[in-house]
Amino acid sequence: MIKLGKADSVFEVIGPIMIGPSSSHTAAAVRIGQITRNLMENPVKRAVVKFHGSFASTGRGHGTDKAIAAGLLGFDPADERIRDALDLADKQGMDIVFENVDLGDDYHPNTARLEVLDTLGNSIVVTASSLGGGTISVVEINGLKIELSGEYDTLITIHKDKPGIVAKATAIIADYDVNISSMKVTRMRRGGQALMAVEMDHALPNEAIEKLNIIADTVRVIPPIY
Amino acid sequence: MNYSTLKELIELAENHDKKIFDIVQMVEAEQDFLSLEEVWDKMETSWRVMSHSIQKGLKNANPSVSGLSGGDAKKLSMSKPIYLSRELSEAVAMALGVAEINACMGKIVACPTAGSCGIVPAALTFAKKKHGYSEKEIISSLFTAAGIGIVCSINASISGAEGGCQAECGVAAAMASGALVELAGGSPSMVGDAVAICLTNQMGLVCDPVAGLVEIPCVQRNAGSLMQGILAAEQALAGVKSMIPVDEVIKAMQEVGEALPESLKETGEGGLASTPTGREMAKRLF
Ligand code: SF4
Repeated sequence: MIKLGKADSVFEVIGPIMIGPSSSHTAAAVRIGQITRNLMENPVKRAVVKFHGSFASTGRGHGTDKAIAAGLLGFDPADERIRDALDLADKQGMDIVFENVDLGDDYHPNTARLEVLDTLGNSIVVTASSLGGGTISVVEINGLKIELSGEYDTLITIHKDKPGIVAKATAIIADYDVNISSMKVTRMRRGGQALMAVEMDHALPNEAIEKLNIIADTVRVIPPIY
Repeated sequence: MNYSTLKELIELAENHDKKIFDIVQMVEAEQDFLSLEEVWDKMETSWRVMSHSIQKGLKNANPSVSGLSGGDAKKLSMSKPIYLSRELSEAVAMALGVAEINACMGKIVACPTAGSCGIVPAALTFAKKKHGYSEKEIISSLFTAAGIGIVCSINASISGAEGGCQAECGVAAAMASGALVELAGGSPSMVGDAVAICLTNQMGLVCDPVAGLVEIPCVQRNAGSLMQGILAAEQALAGVKSMIPVDEVIKAMQEVGEALPESLKETGEGGLASTPTGREMAKRLF
């Protein structure tokens, strides 16, 4: 059963301001597109979007396809262009294909997997779920398990797993007086590709990002999504 | 200062000699480290979007993406009312209209959810027209509504998938009824009675969207729930009390929500969704 968080702000019960029809199938889908776009350094060129569960069965009727495209274009959930997002993506030369898949029972019933290529040929695979009320969670990046709400300033690093990297990175963050609200580290296997996601209460200054760039192969800093 | 039940919210208001909306706004500012003005400005933005969605909804003739809904608000607003007063009939058209705008991918404010987005804006616009309340009074009353929504979310649910439609349209109606009571000068405890009466009448409402889409019955539920909200406010303002205390009614709603089978909680497998016509529509669409 889908468990919604308890509202602790008036704007969770009066809000979000959004394009209909569904917070879980439309607004959240825009956010999934948005966060995926933010994870890429360059604009999206091509995306294969795989819908699982109720995204697959009722997504089209809720405009989930348009919503994902809108997010990949950088629109927010209240943007009235969402309705025309597929045409707009087409005009910009962004190629988006939609498929239905069965990812199995381990995934939340509202889940999408986006295989995305940017304009410079870099690729990323993002799997994210819509948890209700428009909230989302990114559950995998490039096959590595993660948990990202997108509600915070977030630092993502992709690096080769070796001792000390995580400690170094958190030390750099602490040096700049930025508070960490959550953190998750995963790796394929010992010494393989590893992923670190840190959600923070504030944005990191550029100087800190430069230092992080020295220790990790890929460093992405993404702002909170709308 | 904080609250998690209506009893606490009502007592805070009474003890500080304030309205419920004052308390809700103050708590919000305190918790989010914002000034009262900043919180106010955000709410004002929501109200602008709500008003805009009402205007668009009354004129909307577009069908939804699926074609299952659209145009009913316009029908009602163009026809001469037979049983309802002109004002009430227009209010119903507004509730339908906002829900239709939602269904055709227009901009709305989820309140508390997208499916139930027409109820609070229609109730407040109706009250504003009928009694000439100022924008300031209306925006204040949105805080009353929000406080009620927060309490329901803490002690029950505001999600159809978790608690059935009583949690979405039911709570929206309760939010509207409390706001209407404070707008008309009712006391904090009258707000509690309005919420209790309103939820009493919505108890057990199931979530059974045809083809899983937020259209049938959602658009109509906005109209029906608006009337429940107005009905409860009218009674509470006349001094009618709920014999069951409001927080117990909310708990009961939670229990009923848990007891509802999954088929009646947004799965699109029971109720209207599983009627022969409902199934036929789902088959045609997907
Ligand atoms: S029937 Fe279900 S989806 Fe429709 S408004 Fe009610 S709770 Fe929401």
